[in-house]
Amino acid sequence: MDLRQPIGLLFSIFGLLLIAYGVLHAGAGMLRSGINVDLFWGVVLAAFGMLMLWLAGRARGRSK
Amino acid sequence: MPLHLHLHWIDTLIIVLYFVFVVAIGFLLRHQMHTSEDFFLSGRRVPAWITGLAFLSANLGALEMIGMAAAGAEYGMLTSHFYWVGAVPAMIFVALFMMPFYYGSRARSVPEYLRMRFDEKTRALNAMTFAAMTLLMSGINMYAMALLFQAVLGWSMSLSYWLSAGIVLAYTITGGLTSSIYNEVLQFFLIVFGFAPLTWLGLRTVHGWSGLKARLAAMHLHGYMHMWRNMAHPGQNPMGVEWFGLVMGLGFVLSFGYWCTDFLVIQRAMAAENMSAARRTPLIAAFPKMLFPFIVIVPGILALALVPAAQWPTVNGHINYNQALSLMIGRFYPSGMIGLGLVALLASFMSGMAGNVTAFNAVWTYDIYQSYIRPGRSDRHYLHVGRWATLGGILISIGGAYLVSNFNSLMDYMQLVFSFVNAPLFATFLLGMFWKRTTGHGAFWGLLAGIAAAAGHFSLTRSLGGPGGWLGVWHTYPSSMAQNFWGAIWAWSLCMIVTMLISLLTTPRPEAELVGLVRSLTPHPEEASVAWYRRPAWLAGLVIAALVFLNLWFR
Repeated sequence: MDLRQPIGLLFSIFGLLLIAYGVLHAGAGMLRSGINVDLFWGVVLAAFGMLMLWLAGRARGRSK
Repeated sequence: MPLHLHLHWIDTLIIVLYFVFVVAIGFLLRHQMHTSEDFFLSGRRVPAWITGLAFLSANLGALEMIGMAAAGAEYGMLTSHFYWVGAVPAMIFVALFMMPFYYGSRARSVPEYLRMRFDEKTRALNAMTFAAMTLLMSGINMYAMALLFQAVLGWSMSLSYWLSAGIVLAYTITGGLTSSIYNEVLQFFLIVFGFAPLTWLGLRTVHGWSGLKARLAAMHLHGYMHMWRNMAHPGQNPMGVEWFGLVMGLGFVLSFGYWCTDFLVIQRAMAAENMSAARRTPLIAAFPKMLFPFIVIVPGILALALVPAAQWPTVNGHINYNQALSLMIGRFYPSGMIGLGLVALLASFMSGMAGNVTAFNAVWTYDIYQSYIRPGRSDRHYLHVGRWATLGGILISIGGAYLVSNFNSLMDYMQLVFSFVNAPLFATFLLGMFWKRTTGHGAFWGLLAGIAAAAGHFSLTRSLGGPGGWLGVWHTYPSSMAQNFWGAIWAWSLCMIVTMLISLLTTPRPEAELVGLVRSLTPHPEEASVAWYRRPAWLAGLVIAALVFLNLWFR
C-alpha cells in the first residue's frame, strides 16, 4: 500500500467538506476571526491531499 | 467564552471519517503480517520518510501536545529549550553514532541489544522496567486526553477510554507495527494541519510577533519571548533554572536518555528498509521537530496573551494551563475547523498510545515471553502471542487510566519514578557502545546505582512548593524543573562512575564477541553508494545549522 493514497484521500475529503461548509455558511458565525477560516483552510487541505494523490499516482505510473 | 465546544454535524462527520480511515489502514495491512518480524518490526522494509515521521509522531502523545502548549502559556518561548536544546541534538546523535549498532546488530529491540552487548540481567532489568512504564505512560496519556474531552465536549471519562482504546486496538491488532507506523504518519499530518491555523489566526489577531511581545509587556509578563537572555540565574526566568542545569540536565542527560534509548522511538528506526534509511530516520524527524514550537508552544503563548486570566479554568485555585489548546480552538475555530482541531487532538493521543502499545508488545514477546517464559516455540506462536499482548497491553493501559482517575496524585508520582529509572540509562549505552572494556556486571550495577542516585537526590532535596525531601533537606531548588534536571545529572554521573569502576574490576568479553556492538570494533557504515543529499552527515549538518539559527534568532 502506498501510504500517500489514504493520506491524500482523507485530506482531499476534509478539504472539500470544509470548502463546501465554508461557502454555505459564509455569513453566520463563520467570521469570528474576520476571515472564512473553513473556506481558506479547506483549500489548503484539499491542495495538500491532491498533491499526495498526484505523487502516489506518479510513483505507480513509474513502477509499471 | 465558554470552554465547552459545541459539535455541529460537520465536526462529527470529520471525526467519524478519521476513525474510519485509521481502522481501514489496519485492515488493509492485515495480509502483510506473516511472521513475528512483520508484526513487531514491519518486516524491516519501511521507507525512511515514513519511519522518520512515525519516529516523531510516536512521541507526540496527548501529554506532549497538551503539556507543551500548557508550558508555552506558563513559560513562554523558554519551552522551546525542550526542542532546540533537548530533543533535536539528541536525535542527531542517535542517527549518526548509535543507529549503526542498533540497526547493524540486528537486535529486535533495545533490551535485546543490551543482552547482546552485556548480559541477561541487564536486559531483564531494562525490559521489565520498560514494559511496565510504557503501559502506565499509555494509561496516563489516556487519562490526560479523557480529562480534556470531558472539559470541552462533556464526554465521560469511560467513553473516552473505551472508544479511543477500541479504535487503537482495531488497527494495531490487525496490522501490527506497520499499521501503527502508517497511522502515525497520517496522524502527524493531521496534527500539523489541525493546529497550525491556531498560530496563524492568533498572530493575525495580535498583529504579529512584535504585537505579541507588546501585549505581554503590557501585561507585565517579562522573559517569555526569549530563550537565553534570562538564563544566567534561576531567579530571572519563569522556569527557575539556570543555563548549566538546563543544558546538562535537559539537553544532555534527559533528552539523550529518551531519544537515544527509548524503544518507543528506536523501534520505528529499526523498521527501516536498510541501514542508511535507519540512520536517516531521526534526521528526517528532526526537521519537523524543530518547527513544532511554532504550532504547539506559540498557541500556548497566544492563549496567555489573548485569554483574560478570569476565563482560564482553575484547579485548586491555580490556573489550569492544560486547557491552552482547547481555549484557542474555542476562540478561533468555527464549526468544521472544530472537527479538524479535535481530530488533531485525537490523532496525537492515538499515535502516542499505539506507539506505546506496539513497543510494549515487542518487548513483552521477544524479551520477556520468548526469553523467560516459553523459549523455543515456532515463530507463528510468537506472532499469536504478540496479537494477544496487544489486547492485554491495551487493557492494562485502560486499568492504569482508571487508577490515575481515582488517585490523581499517583500520576505525578509515577512520572517521578519513571524519571528515576530513565535518567541514568544514557550513561550505560554510551559506555556500552563506545568503550569496549565495559562489562555486563558494570552496566547492571551502574544502572541500579544511577536509579538509586536519582531517588536519593529526590529524597534529600526539595523544590519550592513541590514534593521531595523525605529524608531531610540538603538543598532547596527554585523550581521542580530545576530539581528534576539536577537529579538527572546526579543519576547519570553516578551510573557512569559505578559502571566504569565495576567494569575495570570484572573480566571483559572477548573482542570477537563485540563486533557490530561497539564502535571501535565495528566497520563504519558505508554511505558512498547513497546519493549525497541522503547521506546522514550532510542532513545532520543542515539540522545543526538550522538549530543554531533558531537559538540565535530567539535568544
